[in-house]
Amino acid sequence: MTDTPLLSVVGLTRRYGAHLACGDVSFDLWPGEVMGIVGESGSGKTTLLRCIAGQLAPEAGRVMFDTRADGPRDVLRMSEPERRMLSRTDWAFVHQHARDGLRMGVSAGGNVGERLMAVGARNYATIRRSAEDWLTRVEIDPARIDDRPTTFSGGMQQRLQIARNLVTGPRLVFMDEPTGGLDVSVQARLLDLLRGLVRDMGLSAIIVTHDLAVVRLLADRLMVMKAGRVVEAGLTDQVLDDPQDAYTQLLVSSVLQV
Amino acid sequence: MIEIENLSKTFTLHNQGGAVLRVMEGAALRVAPGECVALTGASGAGKSTLMRMIYGNYRAASGRIRIGGLDIVQAAPREVIRLRRETLGYVSQFLRVLPRVPTLDVVAEPLRALGASQDAARDRAAELLKRLNIPAPLWQLSPTTFSGGEQQRVNIARGFAHPFPALLLDEPTASLDAANRAVVLSLIDEAKARGAAIIGIFHDEAARARVCDREIDVSAFAPKAAA
Repeated sequence: MTDTPLLSVVGLTRRYGAHLACGDVSFDLWPGEVMGIVGESGSGKTTLLRCIAGQLAPEAGRVMFDTRADGPRDVLRMSEPERRMLSRTDWAFVHQHARDGLRMGVSAGGNVGERLMAVGARNYATIRRSAEDWLTRVEIDPARIDDRPTTFSGGMQQRLQIARNLVTGPRLVFMDEPTGGLDVSVQARLLDLLRGLVRDMGLSAIIVTHDLAVVRLLADRLMVMKAGRVVEAGLTDQVLDDPQDAYTQLLVSSVLQV
Repeated sequence: MIEIENLSKTFTLHNQGGAVLRVMEGAALRVAPGECVALTGASGAGKSTLMRMIYGNYRAASGRIRIGGLDIVQAAPREVIRLRRETLGYVSQFLRVLPRVPTLDVVAEPLRALGASQDAARDRAAELLKRLNIPAPLWQLSPTTFSGGEQQRVNIARGFAHPFPALLLDEPTASLDAANRAVVLSLIDEAKARGAAIIGIFHDEAARARVCDREIDVSAFAPKAAA
């Protein structure tokens, strides 16, 4: 078992004016682990995710990432080009709305190939082959490679976004409500796909969602947020089956049984 | 292999005025490799609660639960995750799976998580499903639509796919017919023979008598009335 966490978040804090969006959040994420962050709307989970992923600047805290070349480094203190490189290679961000993560005017193959080109791939045939391979892996008919995502269903767009993100073999994937807004049957298919990819590629992932059924199936560990604070954290099934905090107990008991 | 000392459990119900339920105190037991121990006691005595604490699903209030040297009560989540992947198996009464995943892959999953190839894992899964009399045409379907007894057998196949050194079995023979019950009992015998330490809950007395070496009445771990 490795002794270096892939990601180590320490004392992360962000306010919007006087409002505390996330306060003093700390945790370690280990290689191959999937962590869920749950909480009601406005609890600060998306702000936290965006601060970790370098999309929002926190006021205080550190985000240490175990880089391939230099070991653990504080992402918040990296130069902009370094951080951009990281977000194209070792990191991936899956948005709730596929439109935010895709280029809607570019073909499906182009969407996947673009990320490869951003890290230096130049051979057209290789890029196209890799795009076809990834479309197949996310269960999109490779015959649709030249179609634009505007002609895809919502579930297909979401799978295309995942292909675009994973094509460079990232080690850490951020997901913001990846199954939100999809039909239940499409959700199940996406969850199955994500779990297979996480296992086969040895990915670590942080998933923000308000859906407790999603975290039970996907996440090894769980963090519960309320009003910007982490009120409880632990193994997913332990937090859901034996919640210790008053808010978590309320959250778990409020879910309709499925 | 499994050692429990002075274990206690409370539930604090924050949404009911912070009421504290003391459900277990001073629980202790040891299970050696190759031994199968039954938890007994009336319904509500705490058999499932104890089993869930051993799996790390319920948090202990105090005490120690050592499995293969790791104290579950104090362990970090990633240590428990690893223990569950490599050392500690659990056959619960309920099958919880992703919809749409074929039965064969549901059973193969624990081996895939340990790095087995897809073919090797599926071969082992097929062997177990066959032994447990799940018809081959069903293997490519999701078990979510199966009958209770079929789901139970899929769950057992999944629990026995990897030769875990420690196993927790919650009513493994409930809702099974005589033939399948016999298969499950021989799977338990085989696990004991290879040195697995097993803790089980069996309402089926004949099954209990056949595979268990000892019984532990969990009523003895109930908190004393005056507190």
